[in-house]
Amino acid sequence: MSSIIGLIFISLGLAFDFFGCLGLVRLPDVYNRLQAATKCVTIGTCSILFGTFLVVGFSAAGLKALLCIVFLVLTAPVAAHAIARGAHRAGVKLWKGSVVDKYAEDKEGEI
Amino acid sequence: MNGTLIIFLAIIGAGLILCFLRMLKGPTASDRAVAVDTVTTTIVALLVLLGFIFERYVYLDVSLVYSMISFVGLVALARFLERGI
Repeated sequence: MSSIIGLIFISLGLAFDFFGCLGLVRLPDVYNRLQAATKCVTIGTCSILFGTFLVVGFSAAGLKALLCIVFLVLTAPVAAHAIARGAHRAGVKLWKGSVVDKYAEDKEGEI
Repeated sequence: MNGTLIIFLAIIGAGLILCFLRMLKGPTASDRAVAVDTVTTTIVALLVLLGFIFERYVYLDVSLVYSMISFVGLVALARFLERGI
């Protein structure tokens, strides 16, 4: 039973991964792409790892999968935030349909 | 290894091809950095699936270390984008 639930989790994670990669190609802007890619791919990979944990059970491999989930959830947002900040400071323009840029307003306040 | 698992690997491969397309096309260096981020996270998923299919759970260790190394590399890349070396 738990292996069937694990396979369902793995399938959902694969769908999230694929749609995240599709958003990376389809969206118009660095920041939009970063949002689609980071959130979808992180949750998809965590779902695949959790499905593997459900199939394997409480063994060494399953606990390693849980550890990998914790590490991905801790580090992927940090890396995405660093890339977004670097892109903004390097002067990458927002897409023309974007309506607000709070980080630029904050930087004007600093200077 | 039956048909379902081959379909799993095909979906991951299609996602990786889309990421490499963005890495080729991307107008700025930041786009390519985003594509590298996505590729590393997807390859962690691919390693876990390979370990699950072939029942070699040592691949889970490889994916854990790979995610750590890619995090350090991406933060260094972001610092480089921000203000050069």
